[in-house]
Amino acid sequence: MNPHKNQDEGRLAPLLLENIAALADSPMRLMEVCGTHTVAIFRSGIRSMLPPGVELISGPGCPVCVTPAGEIDRAIALARREGMILATFGDLMRVPGSSSSLQEERAKGNAIRVILSPLDAVKIAEDNPDKTVCFFGVGFETTSPAIAAAVMEAQRKGCSNFYLLSSQRLIPPAMRALLSAGKVNIDGFILPGHVSVVIGKAPYCFLAEEFGLPGVITGFEPLDILEGIYLLLRQRKEGRTEIEIQYSRVVQEEGNPRARGIMEEVFAPVDARWRGLGTIPQSGLALRDGFSQMDAAQAFDLPLQDIAEPPGCLCGEVLQGLIRPPECSLFGTRCTPEAPVGPCMVSTEGSCAAFYKYGRGDAAK
Amino acid sequence: MKDNKITLSHGAGGRLSHELIEEYFVPCFDNALLRALDDSAVIPMQSGQANRLAFTTDSYVVKPLFFPGGDIGRLAICGTVNDLAMAGAKPLGLTASFILEEGLSLEDLKRILVSMKEAAAEAEVQVVAGDTKVVEHGAAEGLYITTAGIGAISDNVVIGSAQAKPGDAVVVSGPIGDHEIAVLMARGEFSLQGEVESDCAPLNSLVQAMLKACPAIHSLRDPTRGGLATVLWEIANASGVGMVVEEGAVPMRKEVKGVCDLLGFDPYYLANEGKLVAFVPEKEAAKVLKAMQKHPLGKEATVIGKVTEENKGKVLLHTPIGGHRLLEPLSGEQFPRIC
Repeated sequence: MNPHKNQDEGRLAPLLLENIAALADSPMRLMEVCGTHTVAIFRSGIRSMLPPGVELISGPGCPVCVTPAGEIDRAIALARREGMILATFGDLMRVPGSSSSLQEERAKGNAIRVILSPLDAVKIAEDNPDKTVCFFGVGFETTSPAIAAAVMEAQRKGCSNFYLLSSQRLIPPAMRALLSAGKVNIDGFILPGHVSVVIGKAPYCFLAEEFGLPGVITGFEPLDILEGIYLLLRQRKEGRTEIEIQYSRVVQEEGNPRARGIMEEVFAPVDARWRGLGTIPQSGLALRDGFSQMDAAQAFDLPLQDIAEPPGCLCGEVLQGLIRPPECSLFGTRCTPEAPVGPCMVSTEGSCAAFYKYGRGDAAK
Repeated sequence: MKDNKITLSHGAGGRLSHELIEEYFVPCFDNALLRALDDSAVIPMQSGQANRLAFTTDSYVVKPLFFPGGDIGRLAICGTVNDLAMAGAKPLGLTASFILEEGLSLEDLKRILVSMKEAAAEAEVQVVAGDTKVVEHGAAEGLYITTAGIGAISDNVVIGSAQAKPGDAVVVSGPIGDHEIAVLMARGEFSLQGEVESDCAPLNSLVQAMLKACPAIHSLRDPTRGGLATVLWEIANASGVGMVVEEGAVPMRKEVKGVCDLLGFDPYYLANEGKLVAFVPEKEAAKVLKAMQKHPLGKEATVIGKVTEENKGKVLLHTPIGGHRLLEPLSGEQFPRIC
């Protein structure tokens, strides 16, 4: 931890903001794709500091938010099975399925464990040889190498009672789908630094090449985000459209080939459904043949149902950046973090929850 | 006691109940008022001592029963002492009610009672009455403790949530979040290991030192469940004032910040069990701060913000980069995030 961090932030932020203001001579709409950025932006009060023309729009990068209700239902069906322990990330506990949530199922006495690392699920399987353990693995490229490592570990240890219910998704195909739909009006992207730690820069180059939009791979500290915004404005000023790396202290241009290697060894891309965005080609990950004996969806015959969104819920529009959360009529009335209707109000990184928790202070000075 | 475990007979009111009380509870909390084993403890009032009493109760159901820096027993004493202290009261006596689960080991019970005894000694308060019930295995988790306390408030002290005034300095007594992170790690659910200890401590002597420096302290709160953010918001609303808090000034251990970053938790919502927030008239702030810093439980006390006339009912957090956001009360519970 840098003991001078606060002082540095206090000194450097005004300089960056001055530079941003100098370049913000016409409106610029920037999408922060990732929920971690959304929360960091709110927590640090960046919205309150930007010049009026620079608008930040939250994107689809919240893994919990884009998990369709049908997949939650599948996990619930597994959790209800006799002798089953379902392990999953804490964020998923409150996400409503069609009629229940994992939290409600746990309260009914079903064995559901919240874990931090996928390897913990393998440990649970080892410690409970008489039970069946299923890991409900939700996440993006940041999480997939760890899930792949857990699968390999289970295989190496011969854990025949370990299964994976894969609900993983890939960010670049979702961005392509978003832009191809042609509904959203964006001038550039603040791209998630931790995703690029794994995938590097290349998978985003289509943004500039095919859609003519700039992107900056950005870290999560407030100064990182301000610099990311500055770099996007500078590209416009200089007439460039490219993918830049702001988060260069962590991100290599080629990403992490070893982590990608593990992912590719265990998983193959498949078409996947996204809440709000529909089915996106090659945007999900399924176990490859050598590991398919661990595929919970096959082993337990879990068909994926298409569940309609709750009436009135506009999470789909929010996830695509078409509306801001307060524009949904349920926001803050029928839908709150205590009693969420849609997934964007559930996850700490969902845009609706972030707006509800932090965003209502925009008017206060 | 033969098989070293609590059985339902320990709660039946007969010989075993009597033995449990005589061998475990009375020796631990030994004092004249308790030893009488009457239906009520009778506390004599000294004439002219106080015209007002503070009276409070709280139940403790923490899991695990033992965690770094404390246990359910220490928590049960400190929590109630602190509730009295936040009214500016000196504790006169506590009661403790135990719900024991059949199968609880007598060794664990003893450890918890000794810990209560030690915490009560630190707080210079006696447990003057108590009760014990036993429920069948599975109907409780180890044991639950309910404590109640009464305390005397000096005539010159008027502390309340509605008393904060514009201009008041907002003072915290030390780093926030230790208790919740220590308990979270002790649960072992997240395979996190670290050095964070619960801050669980009785704050009454710190409060008395503060009141000695400035009897006119306006509001005092211990930010337990809901954390600092919730307490600040409640005071802002009860007092009809606004607040500005400097994020960079809020003390926090780097281990706590690290776990929060990892799990996506907001440290302002973490529970504390040995910290307080004081709203002090601006002119007295330096004096109070000095008194706090001289006390072992206030060494890291610091001013984190001030009360404002404007933005009534709102707590504005100034971020280190010069932005701001509102601190809202906790909604729901915090869950670790995915990435």
